[in-house]
Amino acid sequence: MQMTIWRRRSWMAIIAAVFALTFVLAGCGKSDNNQNNGGQPPETQGGQQNEQTETGSNETSGGEEKQYYVVMVTDVGGVNDNSFNQSAWEGLQQFESEYGAKVDYLQSQSDADYVPNLNQFVKNGADLTWGIGFLMGDAVKQVADQNPDAKLAIIDQVVDAPNVASVTFKEHEGSYLVGVVAGLMTKTNKIGFVGGMEIPVIKRFEAGFTAGVKAVNPDANVIINYTGAFDAPDQGKAAAATLYNDGADIIFHAAGATGDGVFNEGIERKKAGGDVWVIGVDKDQSITFGHDITLTSMMKRVDQAVVQVSADLVNGRFQPGLTELGLAENGVGLPENNPNVPEDVLKQVDEYAQKIVSGEIVVPSE
Amino acid sequence: MTGFVKRLFSESTLIPVVSILIGLILGAVIMLAGHYNPFLAYGSLFAKAFGDMYNFGETIRQITPYIFTGLAVAFAFRTGLFNIGAEGQFIMGAVAAACVGVLLDAPWFLHVPLALAASALAGGLWGSIVGYLKAARGVHEVITTIMLNWIALHAANYIVRTALLEKGMARSKYIQESAWLSSPGLSELFDHARIHYGVLIALALSVLFYYVLWKTRQGYELRAVGFNPDASEYAGINVKSTFVKTMFISGLFAGVGGACEVMGVFHYQTINAAFPGYGLMGIAVALIGRNTAVGVVLGAVLIGVLTYGASGMKFGAGVPEELIHVVIALVIFFVAAGGMVELLIRRFRKKNGTVH
Repeated sequence: MQMTIWRRRSWMAIIAAVFALTFVLAGCGKSDNNQNNGGQPPETQGGQQNEQTETGSNETSGGEEKQYYVVMVTDVGGVNDNSFNQSAWEGLQQFESEYGAKVDYLQSQSDADYVPNLNQFVKNGADLTWGIGFLMGDAVKQVADQNPDAKLAIIDQVVDAPNVASVTFKEHEGSYLVGVVAGLMTKTNKIGFVGGMEIPVIKRFEAGFTAGVKAVNPDANVIINYTGAFDAPDQGKAAAATLYNDGADIIFHAAGATGDGVFNEGIERKKAGGDVWVIGVDKDQSITFGHDITLTSMMKRVDQAVVQVSADLVNGRFQPGLTELGLAENGVGLPENNPNVPEDVLKQVDEYAQKIVSGEIVVPSE
Repeated sequence: MTGFVKRLFSESTLIPVVSILIGLILGAVIMLAGHYNPFLAYGSLFAKAFGDMYNFGETIRQITPYIFTGLAVAFAFRTGLFNIGAEGQFIMGAVAAACVGVLLDAPWFLHVPLALAASALAGGLWGSIVGYLKAARGVHEVITTIMLNWIALHAANYIVRTALLEKGMARSKYIQESAWLSSPGLSELFDHARIHYGVLIALALSVLFYYVLWKTRQGYELRAVGFNPDASEYAGINVKSTFVKTMFISGLFAGVGGACEVMGVFHYQTINAAFPGYGLMGIAVALIGRNTAVGVVLGAVLIGVLTYGASGMKFGAGVPEELIHVVIALVIFFVAAGGMVELLIRRFRKKNGTVH
């Protein structure tokens, strides 16, 4: 008798435990969702809601026009990386609101996912499928060759296929300008650079940045550090700590979500009274990390490229082949507001920008 | 036949099955809490995994490496070793196959076996470092395998970067076509999916796994050490050399798995920023499969279907792909907490009056 009572109690305890676990985990699941949306600016919050309003507005706007279905596949960084992939997704969302198109994205969990994710969209009749990032080049090529009727586009990599539009940026030109800012504003004459993987795209950032620093401050020393990953904020933080400890007072990162760690390290040091800055990348990162730490940002208008090429498709002007966006095309550059950069520095930046556009200065790309 | 049925309903089979069900149900509860439709989500998951020939082929592609790493972990478990290093052994096997595939010219009937042998050797040796350190210095294998994973990751990246790099890319050159494990005919059959013959190698190795462990004297010794190393030593088994042998075979399984990814799926080796994750998932596969050959294959099927179908869940029901990791984690949790599930099953049986 005693035994059965005990058993019943333990039985109840297990049920209680399972329920408790369920709710705890449910809480986790929920906050996870919020987090998924939280990293994005207000207008993009709640992908679910967006989808609903979007389908609603389509019904009212009449079904005569073809509704375009434009989608993107990210690399492992994901659409909340505060830089590259997020910028692309914001571009696609802008395209959605401007053209009433249907948009969607898939995030790759590993590099084996690139091809199936692209295929998922292509086989579901996407009008244009974006591969976001250098690393997806092989996958885009493969899918494009196997589906000659589908249209694809890729950022940061040149894919030679008759149905693929490739968009690359002259990152070295924009990086040159933030290099000028860093060169003029450093107090220690030591400037850090944190790169993601050592690939040609990131090399362009490094080369342009170094050239810009040297142009205005030949005595300054640029210390280069590659973390080897775009999705590892912990490594970014460690790299930033090393650079700041070496005496660098400004760090420029070109490392996607790894750069979040650079910012975190910078913010901590700033709070402890350190005189340090971070130069952001891809987006105006002061929006995410604040003006206290963000000196300026090297904007790479992935969003505008995505909008532009997608709009070309709608307007019947889709052009396979390579488009290269530099300073002259407003593809790269500084954000409009730079409250931390003095007027005279900005003036010099403008002068250098004009020289680059006019061709007087040719910025090295490697 | 009755023996088979009895076995089907024995606790060692039921526990993983019940755990999987609990995992899926709790996953559904979480989806409900997040205002998603769990039926639609699981429906789209399975539709993605089995919906058409292309996705079916890709699902098999996803399952294949899990069989290899699952076997690797399970084999070590049988000798009482916890091999967390399948990840590193997998990478070393992959890079060895890439070296042979890129640098060597040979007809396919030599090239393929050579690349596979090189990867088996690389993975095996990488594993036996762990076995040696345990045998000679008494270093716990959990520590060494984790450390060797990182060394493997960066060593492989270094080798690719210095010896095999395709200029301007973050990967090696393509391996020679004579070293491919995939064939256009097979791909065509599956609508261009990247399914490859590696899956046959995986199944063959799982037969070997069974044979070595249960049909050879060596296997008997390995398992004896797993049950009780002290008693085995007393019975005259050389425990130390057993550790090295076990880790070699364990690493061999993982290494060949890495080779199959290179030779079958990508045809090149990338510079990895992070672990591919197959080795770590192999631990889950071995746990779910209860360290048996058939169990590992079934566990790999489960994990492969769940991970490959995850993007279908995002596509069809809007559920974040990350949620599938929660489901997998729950399944592993309940398999590991077998006692809890056992209690549940016993309770259920008692109620229905079937006492065994």
